[in-house]
Amino acid sequence: MTDLKPITPLGAGAARIHTIGQVTISENPDRSMASLTTRKGKADAVRLVAKTALGLDLPGPGQSTISGDFTAWWTGPDQWMIDADHAQYELLAAHIAQAIGPVASVTEQTDGWCRFDLTGSGSVALLERLCPADVPTMQPGQATRTLLHHLGCFVICSTAGFSVLGPRSSAGSLHHALIEAAHSVA
Amino acid sequence: MIINHPLLGPRDAAEFVYLGDAGLIDRPDWQADDAAQAFHDYMYLRDNPAGLHRELWFHEQGDRSWLVVTRNTVTHEITNVELARDVAIAQGRGQ
Amino acid sequence: MSINRLTGGLIDHASPLQFTFDGKTFEGRKGDTLASALLANDVRLMGRSFKYHRPRGVLSAGSEEPNALVELRSGARREPNTRATTVELFDGLTADSQNRLGSLKFDALGVNDVFHRFFAAGFYYKTFMWPKAFWEKLYEPMIRHAAGLGSISLQDDPDVYDKGFLHCDLLVVGAGPAGLAAALTAGRAGARVILAEEDFLLGGRLIADTGTLTDMSGADWVGTAQAELATMDNVRIMPRTTVVGAYDHGVYGAVERISDHLAVPEDGKPRQVFWRIYSKRALVCAGAIERPIAFENNDRPGVMLAGAVRAYANRWAATPAPSVVVFTNNDDGHRTAADLVAKGVSVPTIVDTRDTAPDMQGTEVLAGAQIADTKGRLGVKSVTVKLINGQTRVIPCGAVAVSGGWNPNLGLTCHQRGRPVWSEKILSFVPGGDLPQGQSVAGAANGETSTHSALASGAQGAVDALESIGLTAQAGDLPAAEDRPVSVSPFWYVQGAKRAWVDFQNDVTVKDIKLSHQEGFRSVEHLKRYTTLGMATDQGKTANLTGLAVMAELTGKTIPETGTTIFRPPYTPVAMGALAGRSVGKAFHPTRLTPSHHWAAEQGAEFVEVGNWLRAQYFPRPGETHWRQAVDREVLATRSSVGVCDVTTLGKIDVQGADAAAFLNKIYANGFAKLAVGKVRYGLMLREDGIAYDDGTAARLAEDHFVVTTTTANAVPVYRNMEFARQCLWPDLDVQLISTTEAWAQYAVAGPNARKLLQKIVDPEFDITNDAFPFMACGEITVGGGLRARLFRISFSGELAFEIAVPTRYGDALIRRLMDEGQEFDLTPYGTEALGVMRIEKGHATGAELNGTTTALNLGMGRMVSKKKDCIGNTLSERDGLNTADALALVGLKPKGDGQIMTGSHLMAASGPVDAAHDQGYVTSAAYSPILESSIGLAFVKNGSNRLGETMRAVNPLEGGELLVELVSAHFVDPEGGRLRD
Repeated sequence: MTDLKPITPLGAGAARIHTIGQVTISENPDRSMASLTTRKGKADAVRLVAKTALGLDLPGPGQSTISGDFTAWWTGPDQWMIDADHAQYELLAAHIAQAIGPVASVTEQTDGWCRFDLTGSGSVALLERLCPADVPTMQPGQATRTLLHHLGCFVICSTAGFSVLGPRSSAGSLHHALIEAAHSVA
Repeated sequence: MIINHPLLGPRDAAEFVYLGDAGLIDRPDWQADDAAQAFHDYMYLRDNPAGLHRELWFHEQGDRSWLVVTRNTVTHEITNVELARDVAIAQGRGQ
Repeated sequence: MSINRLTGGLIDHASPLQFTFDGKTFEGRKGDTLASALLANDVRLMGRSFKYHRPRGVLSAGSEEPNALVELRSGARREPNTRATTVELFDGLTADSQNRLGSLKFDALGVNDVFHRFFAAGFYYKTFMWPKAFWEKLYEPMIRHAAGLGSISLQDDPDVYDKGFLHCDLLVVGAGPAGLAAALTAGRAGARVILAEEDFLLGGRLIADTGTLTDMSGADWVGTAQAELATMDNVRIMPRTTVVGAYDHGVYGAVERISDHLAVPEDGKPRQVFWRIYSKRALVCAGAIERPIAFENNDRPGVMLAGAVRAYANRWAATPAPSVVVFTNNDDGHRTAADLVAKGVSVPTIVDTRDTAPDMQGTEVLAGAQIADTKGRLGVKSVTVKLINGQTRVIPCGAVAVSGGWNPNLGLTCHQRGRPVWSEKILSFVPGGDLPQGQSVAGAANGETSTHSALASGAQGAVDALESIGLTAQAGDLPAAEDRPVSVSPFWYVQGAKRAWVDFQNDVTVKDIKLSHQEGFRSVEHLKRYTTLGMATDQGKTANLTGLAVMAELTGKTIPETGTTIFRPPYTPVAMGALAGRSVGKAFHPTRLTPSHHWAAEQGAEFVEVGNWLRAQYFPRPGETHWRQAVDREVLATRSSVGVCDVTTLGKIDVQGADAAAFLNKIYANGFAKLAVGKVRYGLMLREDGIAYDDGTAARLAEDHFVVTTTTANAVPVYRNMEFARQCLWPDLDVQLISTTEAWAQYAVAGPNARKLLQKIVDPEFDITNDAFPFMACGEITVGGGLRARLFRISFSGELAFEIAVPTRYGDALIRRLMDEGQEFDLTPYGTEALGVMRIEKGHATGAELNGTTTALNLGMGRMVSKKKDCIGNTLSERDGLNTADALALVGLKPKGDGQIMTGSHLMAASGPVDAAHDQGYVTSAAYSPILESSIGLAFVKNGSNRLGETMRAVNPLEGGELLVELVSAHFVDPEGGRLRD
């Protein structure tokens, strides 16, 4: 176990949480992520082995699924992001690669992203101020990548609310935009 | 503008980056006898139609698909959107 | 309260609001606009005109207002050119009239009116032509001072603005009878509806006119409809929201005024939101705008549109004067007279241009009559009426309500260059067939002028629009409402009038249009530009048709033959702040922070913006007074012991797949197929035209797995181009790409002690000795007790160097650990400046050399371009023109003696002419080398590689200066590369 201490995307030891009006914005550094892309012509094989080896249902465009420890969402043709609890799966990419085998390419993505979870009834109004996706009609199980404050971000809808994942280096800018929008709609 | 992505449905053009004429898919054979001329034409000669134009757009802030968008340059009406990869394969690239 | 305040209306008589206009305090009522409150206070004079500084009052009751423009609020919030007719009154509002010198009543620039002959149409082009030099120095500043409208505060806007995005099945623009009927119809059918209304109250003419809907007043029916809509989750009612533009594919822009009716926005709240509305269908129910009739001195305060006078009386319980003369060519003018009388306002006379006009009990109707002139310096005191028998009569009055008919509000229907068509029925243009995609029009905007037809066409418009997207709706029962036919006869201006205003805001008269015709500017477009008709901030909403009618008469053509009006976005002016949204100041673009940012900030680093990244530029130490001291120290420390630099910003792309090597062979000019696992190779990318594009490294982590690096600046476009190559050019290859730039914190550790330092960090089971981990090796390792990491033995500085990468969350800890462990080696952090100095000393090219005009040959890497394989750019790189004997080649430069080489200097022979014809190259990079204790530079010189030792002149005509320089090898430091391999 390394003695190097991680910091969150916002640069602190602990995640930041703000409640403004009817929305709570929580920095969430506790997820591991890995991209999974099928090798050429191996889409069916990947689906099959993902199901048998990991219990994972790989969703279609615009969708996300939760299967056991893993959440998967579609990120492009033949490509998904898999996410899991960081404490349990710090080496998620290696775990997935091992399980899926040579029919897919797996790349660690954990620290490429910052993640903010939005809960509360103000979440939709907040996102309406920031992104062109049709957020009010999003249902749990839907996920999309779109523009938020000039940043390419994933917006994922779950029963818990919405999650916004943006480039980690811009965590401060993205967080600032979320906070400002929360005040706007408070 | 709205681009009706074949996989994701209507998306704001702000999510895309424009490249240009879809003829850029038709990259010449480097070993052909006329390769130099063919690459010259490929690189520099373009039609500039007032009307239907097939053009390449990249869904940079979305799923990273290259698309071939058929757009009327006069009215901006978009009549067809295809995955560029499908177009390239259909045109025999990568044989 | 003044005698001009009536009873009733939709204002709250029990809620007084204090406001000031030109420093004088007045009292209005909740529900007033600034215009209605001023009228109620007997203030007709509200501003001065653009060119002639004529006294002006309010003309209309809506956003089409050309005259009553004021500076609203004070200090940093001062906003010029605000239409008093759309300003919702709030307690403490301050407003000032504009475009005056001195007081509004005694405007010194009113002298312009006396000299009006000099300011006629085209005066810009004529009067001030001579002498030429006077234009810039005298005439233009003078005109700019005298003309023009309000002035800005020149302070930062203290308010914030939001952007937002909305989606709907049906966007209904305007909440008058047609819009409300449409929204109810679509809402009841379950469609997603946005109902946008510019006004702060819904209802449009329903709350400005009398008349009933079945057994309810208009206002009551609107209240019922609004209450029903408010219960529908699928309907979003947006008052105070102006739809300003119709864009491609059903996208509309709309400005919602969240806080404009408040003195100061609530904490954290935006003043306005600029919405981008994605609509499947849009129904424009924007109503109609009344047009004036032009007559002599028709611009005096108190001359108003009849429908506006009626609206002020009915809705706002205000009248411009106790006595109002009506001037009309249609029946609607009589309605105004009737409503005014019912409100207790005296209407001494209705002047109707038609020979037969309806009677009105108790009010004199002068059929076949015209208003020949008006009197009253700061407001109408009387009108001179020319009777049907040719006699004239003077009628005292305080206001004139003018109705020349109603024009459909075409704005949004024209935004995609749609051309309206002429309707004989209403003597105006109605929307044509070429509307923006997905748009239709209902109600008065479509020429349906009665309340009944507006309701019916709104409901039917919603049914039709929804049907076209596969939704079913029923028009339902509509309330019974008036269905009067249109009765209007053409009458545009009073013959013989000279100073009869057509465009009030730009001061264009009938005479100006005649002058334009006389001078040959007859096409609509020429007329517009010559006279500036319709070119003011109101886009001529009340002026254009009259202008066309005058020109049509002069040319003997019909109005539709003469031309059509066309409008462009925005429908009404939009604040720049609303367009900027939150992208202002430091939030103008996102900022990217490196993993070591917080640590570097603690060290007092100076930062530099590189794209969106903030990178440490140098790390000043106490006592250092000049940036060069820090940079020189960082370079010397690195070259003598060890330095560390955050290089995370370089793009990193993960390339996997059975054909990963074959793919890299396509996108790099040099070969990658034979690169061994565990090795790194420098790679040069070309553009397809053969010009050098980007460079970096590719590390082979496994047979089917590479990590490619790009320059910081090109990380995004290189990834885009690689995807293009993968998806469009070589879709048969088994290769997968994904960016990992942000996922890894990467540090360059460079200098003779780099290995010794890293050996303290890298877990002991990994051997990084020179034998085990030689130059250009790479591998996956662990550091700090088991943390996964990547190590690359690559060097940009020319020293023994490594780049080490850990997951980004550990980047902060790693730099701190390195600094701790590096104390014994005096580990020195270095920034982008020292990085730049060392790469110039080493002769490594960057963006300054890969500048979009240079080839691999120019860069001295011509032999790297493989002839044995296909790759992007290799065919066209072989063109003769890029391979001439005197092609530019990269060389180093040293000054002969003292002197500083300047980037951008051009190289000429040591003696001889200095001009473009003798240009032999240019300096791309320059720095002070603390190792060489000299200024050094990199340059492209014709046939440079064969001219080392030659003396040339580096000349810089732009900044001045000329320097003798010697051409040397670009590799100033360790040209054999021994240090890299130590």
